[in-house]
Amino acid sequence: MKRDLKIIGKPTRKLDAEARVSGEAVYGHDIVLPNMLHGAILRTKHPTAEILSIDTSKAKALPGVVCVLTADDVDVNNISYKGDHPILKKGEVNCIRDEIAAVAATSREIAAKALALIEVEYKVREGIFDPFAALKKEAPQLNRFASKEQGKNIADSFHYEHGDLQEQKEKSTCVVSQRYTLPRVTHCCMGTSAVTADYSRSTKRLTLYSLSQVPFLFQRDLAKALRMEPSNIRIIQPVIGGGFGSKLDMHPFEPICALLSMQTCRPVQIVFSREEEFIASPTRQPMVIDLTTGADADGKFTFREVKITKDNGAYTSWGATTPFVMMQTFSSLYQIPACRFDSYAVYTNNVFAGSFRGYGNPQATFALERNIDLMAMELGMDKMQIRLLNANFAGEETGQKLHFRSCGHKDALQIVSDKANYKNRQKSNGTGRFRRGIGLASMLHVGGGAKIYPSDGCGTIAKFDDYGYLTIISGASEIGQGSETVLAMIAAEELGVSIEKVRIINSDTDIKPWDVGVHASRTSFIAGNSLLGALSILKIQLSAKAVALLGTDLDDLIFEDDQIRSGRTGKAVKIGKVVRDIHFKQPHELCTASYYYEPDSEYQDGAFKGNVSSAYAFAAQAIEVEVDTYTGNVRVVDVHVAQDVGKILNPLGLAGQIEGGVVMGLGYALTEELIASEGHVRNPNFHNYKLPTASDIPEIHFHPIETSDQEGPYGAKGVSEAPLIPTAAAVANAVSDALGVEIFSLPVTPEKILQALKEKSV
Amino acid sequence: MKKTIKFSINGTKVQQEVLPAYLLIDVIRDGLGLRGTKPGCLEGECGACTVLIDGLAVNSCLYLAVNADGKEVTTIEGLISGPDFSLDPVQQAMVDFGAVQCGFCTSGMVMSIKGFYDECVSAQIQPNREQIKKGLEGNLCRCTGYKKIIDAVESLFEEA
Ligand code: FES
Ligand code: FES
Repeated sequence: MKRDLKIIGKPTRKLDAEARVSGEAVYGHDIVLPNMLHGAILRTKHPTAEILSIDTSKAKALPGVVCVLTADDVDVNNISYKGDHPILKKGEVNCIRDEIAAVAATSREIAAKALALIEVEYKVREGIFDPFAALKKEAPQLNRFASKEQGKNIADSFHYEHGDLQEQKEKSTCVVSQRYTLPRVTHCCMGTSAVTADYSRSTKRLTLYSLSQVPFLFQRDLAKALRMEPSNIRIIQPVIGGGFGSKLDMHPFEPICALLSMQTCRPVQIVFSREEEFIASPTRQPMVIDLTTGADADGKFTFREVKITKDNGAYTSWGATTPFVMMQTFSSLYQIPACRFDSYAVYTNNVFAGSFRGYGNPQATFALERNIDLMAMELGMDKMQIRLLNANFAGEETGQKLHFRSCGHKDALQIVSDKANYKNRQKSNGTGRFRRGIGLASMLHVGGGAKIYPSDGCGTIAKFDDYGYLTIISGASEIGQGSETVLAMIAAEELGVSIEKVRIINSDTDIKPWDVGVHASRTSFIAGNSLLGALSILKIQLSAKAVALLGTDLDDLIFEDDQIRSGRTGKAVKIGKVVRDIHFKQPHELCTASYYYEPDSEYQDGAFKGNVSSAYAFAAQAIEVEVDTYTGNVRVVDVHVAQDVGKILNPLGLAGQIEGGVVMGLGYALTEELIASEGHVRNPNFHNYKLPTASDIPEIHFHPIETSDQEGPYGAKGVSEAPLIPTAAAVANAVSDALGVEIFSLPVTPEKILQALKEKSV
Repeated sequence: MKKTIKFSINGTKVQQEVLPAYLLIDVIRDGLGLRGTKPGCLEGECGACTVLIDGLAVNSCLYLAVNADGKEVTTIEGLISGPDFSLDPVQQAMVDFGAVQCGFCTSGMVMSIKGFYDECVSAQIQPNREQIKKGLEGNLCRCTGYKKIIDAVESLFEEA
């Protein structure tokens, strides 16, 4: 039955926008607690060295310094899911981020001065900064905590396969092999990393004002690191100045801050400078992808064989598990009879990666969608036709056992093609100085959570007060993406309460029910369904009373305008009154409901097969560029995005996610790279790390596709990672279309273009 | 050697003791406790710390506090006005157009727009979209992709 929706689907202002636009919102940087100290971390001067001695005596003697810590002062466990990362480094350093000592002082200035007074004697060692060198037999073991089961310097590896590779190879008339090289880029959240730790001597409890996007996992990890009971740690999330995946892992500065607070029994705050943020916060995984793909004479895809070598850096983060997502793209984006996938995260002495919006998928999609263009050219086929021919479809179960109950892949391709007038604008190899080209790429991403933990659920507690105001206590966090607003919209839709009467509490692990965290584009889907569950319980409670008060029956009730009304008589009663009657008269109950939603997705088996998400998002982009053949500069003229969003919940928030994602993707495509050489980060500032600015942005045309997923709230799917995933591939394909040269690495810089043009002309 | 400076902040006269090296952002955030002004880089590259000095948008992380002596400083908090604390039209447009996501860039963005808008109005310029983009170039935003911010600015001039 198609419902008439009153609020869902209507542009709705972000609930917290006023607080943020007026300077009222309290971010991690803005917290001030009584008696608070300022913490700072001494990092190594050399990426690889033996530490011969650390002398902290001068720092300790500085007036205002309250505490100085080195590895010798603490008794803690290593962090990271591989347990290979010491919080404070002892005896040796293995990358330029390494934390050697920490201080807490009465002011930021004194803390900085104290760091400068710590004397460290190093014996510099040679490092290995290239994963292929680290794989060589003679290479030393780079992380001494690593388990060597997968190979000396392999932090983690993944193998996946389906279908008969040999048979499919024999069927192939076109086989394209290519190596792709993907750079190290970083999140550049406008708010740098920050944490405030507050340990109470009397309760022995630790409160952490943390920017984590996965507070419950963070609580568990921190407890393990500090050898505490998780329940004695309370995570409170202030307003978060950007996440994008950077706050999925716990990083050493967080337990360090906790340790400083526990040692001093005073609150301690650590805030990163921008330089520190560039050096010491995570990156997207740099990697080399060796991809071979085949197609038969008609252009039907036959097989994919891929080997990925990832630069893990010195320690392991969740970033090492991005192959979970990458293998989905290789196994299941477009119909594919056979696939073999291997990936290795290799230790080096570089800064280590983390998770970043898209979680490996921008890299995988870049390689795959570039290879499709190469195959089309070799087969002499139209680049759109070959995609449409192989596109995914609703009802498909892929070789990896992903089940596409709804699927807008073909529609997405068709729509961008039509809207961008693809056929007529496709031009190649002009002769003038400025040449235009258009590129296509599509993507597949989880859109209904991702069951990579034993539970992918989210809890909600919803309660009415005696005045008809609704408080939603959701496990799911707001990190700027607008999920609070969507939750309030859902409540208003279901119960007829006005949005102004809905409050969301979602930032305190002592209060909120469990949620796995903000990742995998899951929040609106999972938290939305969880809320719907809680609201349906409340609705039953309210309805029973309203039926009695209005003298009517259940299916006559209309929830609207903060009232419950009888459709037949028009008689209405305010929700607040109904709540009070339930509370103060029979049955003397509170209008409170609790619900835990667990999606119907599957935890994949050891061979990585299974329906890992309850829904899948598809998107395509067509991007037009203009290349200046004299300077090599690429100007992005036009971006068309068609995305299967299932159902539009808040068009205003949705468009914001799409535009923000596309521009982040353009940065990845064209300008961003964290340059590392010999283990040092060479451009740790916005002057040399080029983010897109307002003047760089093209027109972005967004064409949402509503496939109405059966499991999603109102049919909606996850949205927010998708828009940056195909962007870089589409840009590189457009450059190829414009110039007839092929770029196989990111970013697509003017130097690379000029070089390729030069090679082409000789 | 500390020096006493007197200036007006959001219409109120204040006096602060500052060292010659003190930056205005520190006086605003730590000295006066106005934490709406954000430290995004403290290197003059991101614009998150933008405030108005005598009506002109400046990066408060590059501005020496001593130079504020005798001047009028407006921060994000100072744009709220009237008996019911209404938002400035710039702030309202940002809210209405969905131009705020994480919001960390927003204070600086709003102050830059305010400076830009007032300048255009007093010079009687009706900027086009490209000029608006240029006007926003000094403010980085990682969340929104700028489009909605540009739309918000455009709307200010349409109404005018
Ligand atoms: S904080 Fe001042 S420009 Fe970035
Ligand atoms: S809204 Fe997050 S940086 Fe602009």
